[in-house]
Amino acid sequence: MEVLYFAWVRERIGLPRERVETSAVTVADLVAELCAREDRYAAAFADLSAIRVALDQELSDFDAPLRGVREVAFFPPMTGG
Amino acid sequence: MRVSVQEEAFELGIEAEGFAQANNSAGAIVTFTGIVRDAPQGGLVAMEIEHYPGMTSKALNEIAQTAMERWSLADTLVIHRYGRLAPGAQIMMVATAARHRKDAFEAAEYLMDYLKSRAPFWKKEILNDGATDWVAAKDTDEDALTRW
Repeated sequence: MEVLYFAWVRERIGLPRERVETSAVTVADLVAELCAREDRYAAAFADLSAIRVALDQELSDFDAPLRGVREVAFFPPMTGG
Repeated sequence: MRVSVQEEAFELGIEAEGFAQANNSAGAIVTFTGIVRDAPQGGLVAMEIEHYPGMTSKALNEIAQTAMERWSLADTLVIHRYGRLAPGAQIMMVATAARHRKDAFEAAEYLMDYLKSRAPFWKKEILNDGATDWVAAKDTDEDALTRW
C-alpha cells in the first residue's frame, strides 16, 4: 500500500510517501511495524494522540482494519481556515 | 455550490460580488475571509500551507454539501489556498447565500469550524530569524465542532 506523511510527521520521517509491503491487520499494527524499522519512525509516532490517520482519504482511527485499503496517510491534527 | 483549492491569490471583491450577483434573489449573503496574521512573538516572514491533494477537495465538498443540506441555503462558496503566503495575504474565504441571515451566518460558522479541524491543511510559520513553527491545532477548535 501507499503510505503518505504530512507536515511534521513527514519532516520527522524524512519522506512524503513510500510503498510499504505489509500484512498488518490494523493501522496500529502498521504503526508498530514502521516503528520497529528505524528510530525516525519511532520518533514520529512517539505520541499517537498527536497524530491523525486517513484511510483512502477518509479520516479513520488506529483500530481500523487495513483490508482492502490502498492509501494510508498520517498527519498532525489539521489546521485549515 | 463551488469549492476551489488553489495556490494563486483570489480577489475578495470580485469573488464576493460575483457570488452576490449570482444569488441576487437570496436575500442574505455572508462572507468570511481568513488572513495570514503575524506570529504570536512577531517576525513572521511567510506562512507555508501544506495540504493533502487527494483528500482536500473531497473533504471541502463534503463539508459544503452538509451545510447546504442542513441550512436553507441558496448557494455556498469555499476558496482555500495552499503554498507560501505573505503576512496579510488572504488564505481562504467562505460565502453563503440564504433567504434569511440566520441560515447564512450559522452555515458560514459551521463551514469555518469544520474547515479548521476537518480539512487536511497544515500551516507552518517561517520567522525572520530562520526558525520555523508548525501551527498547533487548538482544543477549542475541536470543541467548537461539538455544538453542531
